[in-house]
Amino acid sequence: MTDTPDLECRAISKSFDDFQAVRDVSFGVPKGTFFSILGPSGCGKTTLLRMIAGFQKPSAGDLLIKGRSVLDVPPNKRPVSMVFQHLALFPMMNIGANVGFGLRQRGVNKTDIKKQVDRVLDRVGLAGVAERPVTSLSGGQKQRVAIARCMVLEPDVLLLDEPLGALDLKLREHMKVELKQLQSEFNTTFVYITHDQSEALVMSDQVAVMNNGVFEQVGSARDLYYAPDTAFVAGFVGEANRFTAKVDTAAAGRLSMTTDQGRPLAGVDAGQGVGVGERVTVFIRPEAVRIARTEKEVASLGNKGQASVTNVLFNGGNSQLILRDEQTGVALNVALPQTGEFRDLAPGDTVHFGWQPDQTRVYREGQP
Amino acid sequence: MTSNRSKLTFWLLMAPLLLWLLLLIILPHVGMFIVSLREKVGVREYETGFANYAVFFNEPLYWNTFARTAYMSISATVLTLLIGFPIAYYIAKLTRGRSKTTLFLMCLIPFWVSELVRTFGWMILLRETGVISNLLQDLGLVSGPVEMLYNDAAIMIGLVYTSMLFMVVPLVTTLDSLDDSLIEAGYDLGGSSVSILREIVIPHALPGIVSGCIVVFMLSLGNYLTPILLGGKDSLWFTGLIYNQFITRFNWELGSAFGFLLLGLSSLIVFVGLKLSGQSLTRTMAQ
Amino acid sequence: MITTIPQNTAFKWSYRAYVTLFFMYLALPLVTVCVFAFNNSVFPSLPWEGFTWAWFFGSDAPYTGVFNDRSILRSIVTSGVVAFWVALLAVMVGTSNAFLFVRYDFRGKGLLYILMLLPLIIPGIILGISILVFSSSVANTLEDATGLWFDGLRPGLILVVLGQFSFITTFATLVISARLQKFDTSLEEAALNLGASKWGAIRAVTLPFLYPAMGAAGVVAVLMSFENFNTTLMLVGSDAPLTITMFDRLKLGSTPVLNAVSLLLIVVSAALGLTSLLLQNRKGAD
Repeated sequence: MTDTPDLECRAISKSFDDFQAVRDVSFGVPKGTFFSILGPSGCGKTTLLRMIAGFQKPSAGDLLIKGRSVLDVPPNKRPVSMVFQHLALFPMMNIGANVGFGLRQRGVNKTDIKKQVDRVLDRVGLAGVAERPVTSLSGGQKQRVAIARCMVLEPDVLLLDEPLGALDLKLREHMKVELKQLQSEFNTTFVYITHDQSEALVMSDQVAVMNNGVFEQVGSARDLYYAPDTAFVAGFVGEANRFTAKVDTAAAGRLSMTTDQGRPLAGVDAGQGVGVGERVTVFIRPEAVRIARTEKEVASLGNKGQASVTNVLFNGGNSQLILRDEQTGVALNVALPQTGEFRDLAPGDTVHFGWQPDQTRVYREGQP
Repeated sequence: MTSNRSKLTFWLLMAPLLLWLLLLIILPHVGMFIVSLREKVGVREYETGFANYAVFFNEPLYWNTFARTAYMSISATVLTLLIGFPIAYYIAKLTRGRSKTTLFLMCLIPFWVSELVRTFGWMILLRETGVISNLLQDLGLVSGPVEMLYNDAAIMIGLVYTSMLFMVVPLVTTLDSLDDSLIEAGYDLGGSSVSILREIVIPHALPGIVSGCIVVFMLSLGNYLTPILLGGKDSLWFTGLIYNQFITRFNWELGSAFGFLLLGLSSLIVFVGLKLSGQSLTRTMAQ
Repeated sequence: MITTIPQNTAFKWSYRAYVTLFFMYLALPLVTVCVFAFNNSVFPSLPWEGFTWAWFFGSDAPYTGVFNDRSILRSIVTSGVVAFWVALLAVMVGTSNAFLFVRYDFRGKGLLYILMLLPLIIPGIILGISILVFSSSVANTLEDATGLWFDGLRPGLILVVLGQFSFITTFATLVISARLQKFDTSLEEAALNLGASKWGAIRAVTLPFLYPAMGAAGVVAVLMSFENFNTTLMLVGSDAPLTITMFDRLKLGSTPVLNAVSLLLIVVSAALGLTSLLLQNRKGAD
């Protein structure tokens, strides 16, 4: 059974004068999923979202919602609703009037409006606030009202423009879970744009990493984390130690290289078909490195060595160590496990480190 | 820094303010009221009473002129609002940067030039031997010179012209503060231009609308030059009556009574307007 | 409604046409007045009889130009003198008012503030007649009591200055206090901390900050004084400021010399107005 994707973009492009904001982007979002577009500022994600909403006209390409092209449909007639970055709740109306705005435009009668408004407010956990002014709500509650205002219209696709940016850390963490729950509760397709990778990874079924107007990779959070296709994705999603190196041998995707500082490494080709003698960039995640006090514990790992601790950056569960590789003198960021045995680690101590070759991603040099 | 020193400074700063307000505003108006209560009974003989006000109410000419002035001022206010709102909206929402400042400045320029010059310009345009009359004759639309001055329409054109700045500026200020994303959200939720105007734009702009209307009404009510020059001697404008009583008839008592009535109406409208819109005088004037 | 929403093309162009018509309407009288300042005819109206500078520089009657018309030149000077005094007084009192309202809290402050704003809503002609009536009664009483003449209290330039001052001060106060509010008092405290006296600190730190606003207020005062009519009309004596002279000439019918004067007024007002804006905006970013 082929389900028509709720949203499909075919070769969408947008240029402003001589600046190409979005280049030939194609993707489909299956029904009822949470799709995020992740990228740094200026990568074009906001432009893309606004094109889907109808506030920008694509220079080329097609936009289909539930299989029908909506290129010529003005924003007030499209079956998409958008939650704006600063929510855009109407201050001149109370909460009920805000949520009921779309229904009023459709000519629904007053009693039905009230019923639907009350119902959707209940669903977002804000029963009974319809008569209150918008200013009486907290940041998180305003979020929910903004979503309710869109959801009461039962859109095919809900667009969210970095809605969590203005919230403080704890609230943001809480809202991530809430948004995911709301999405499954309403079973509507969500398209979410953000520059914060933890938001994208935690909430989404699929994530597209966008840079300079193109999608570098589309996949699940796991795919992006464990198998990034390009150096940009490897560097943008999660933390990474980067090294430049030269390839010594290459066979069936397994490579051995020597870094510019002289350390031999074994790694895997990230699918770019790198050959012998080429210069490459190597990515190693801090959390992929195991540290130990004795050499025996890291003996089975493909890449290993010995280092002295330069710095302990204690940050609770996110603690990191800065190590100095004794062989090459290069600095290495390593995650500090909190299982207890490294609690007394101090600068100057010696540790052994090691990691698996298939967690060593290798990309052709010269990519961002 | 003794408290005596700062007390002295305080009173030094208060003095000009109090002198100004007392001598030039409060006492003169009180004096004007007192004078309005005096009726000239004979040479150098005065009687206290509301006789002057009685004259006003009994003489149809005075009462009608007053009503007419008020009515036309209201019409001028409404007209200015209707004409000015789209302009203010255009400047606030549909232009950016350089063109926005330029257009805004262009609205301000007629204000800096004296009202006399502005009205003079309209006289040249509208009178019998003026530009528009000649233009119509040249185009063959009329057979002889057309006198477009000395009627109510001319007064209206002049009043609207003079008041336009005071409507456009507060409107542009309030419309500017309307976040574009609110309008986009309105569209996104299915609104049409009309419903967005009605539910979002106008409620937001209401403070500007009210302060603009109050100011324009006041200015029109108290205007002397424009109605007299463009409406002629029979223009029946209340300020003209006041002037006559003072300068030609030398009946200061009646003139003062008229003045007080005008002041009363003007203040009443301001007060009602502020109350209706729930604004305070300080906030409105700041615009 | 805004640039990001698609608009009906016909609607867009009719909107633009409306805006253009509007600005033409705004410019029309001013342009007309200026154009006819160069008409080689004795009447400021059509037909057009050729281009001439006579209305500015001519010296043969009836083609007396602005710069040769004695009474107009005299009234320009009168207006200038009046404007100077009004601006001076208004800025001084306005500054002291600004300090009072921004720096002090006292009982009755709200009431005084409203009283200060009142001149804005009192029709100009009422301001004029009230001062006229009041000064005349004071003059009468004083003259009866002392037997001396109190010409200053009779219609004349002193009353004109006072009449214009009575409401222009409100503007000056508003402009200057807006600026004073933005002043960071910690600068004054720093000066005190470094040994300045209270007045010295104000002179060295606060007043310079206020100069742009005081300048702008002064320029606005001059502009408003020059073009004021309603209040001046009731208080004027034998020396007439420019607006009164022009009004009298207008009523009787005049040569395009009035157009020439108007053109000069337009140019000077525009220049002064722009200066005031620049003064307010340039340092306003501080």
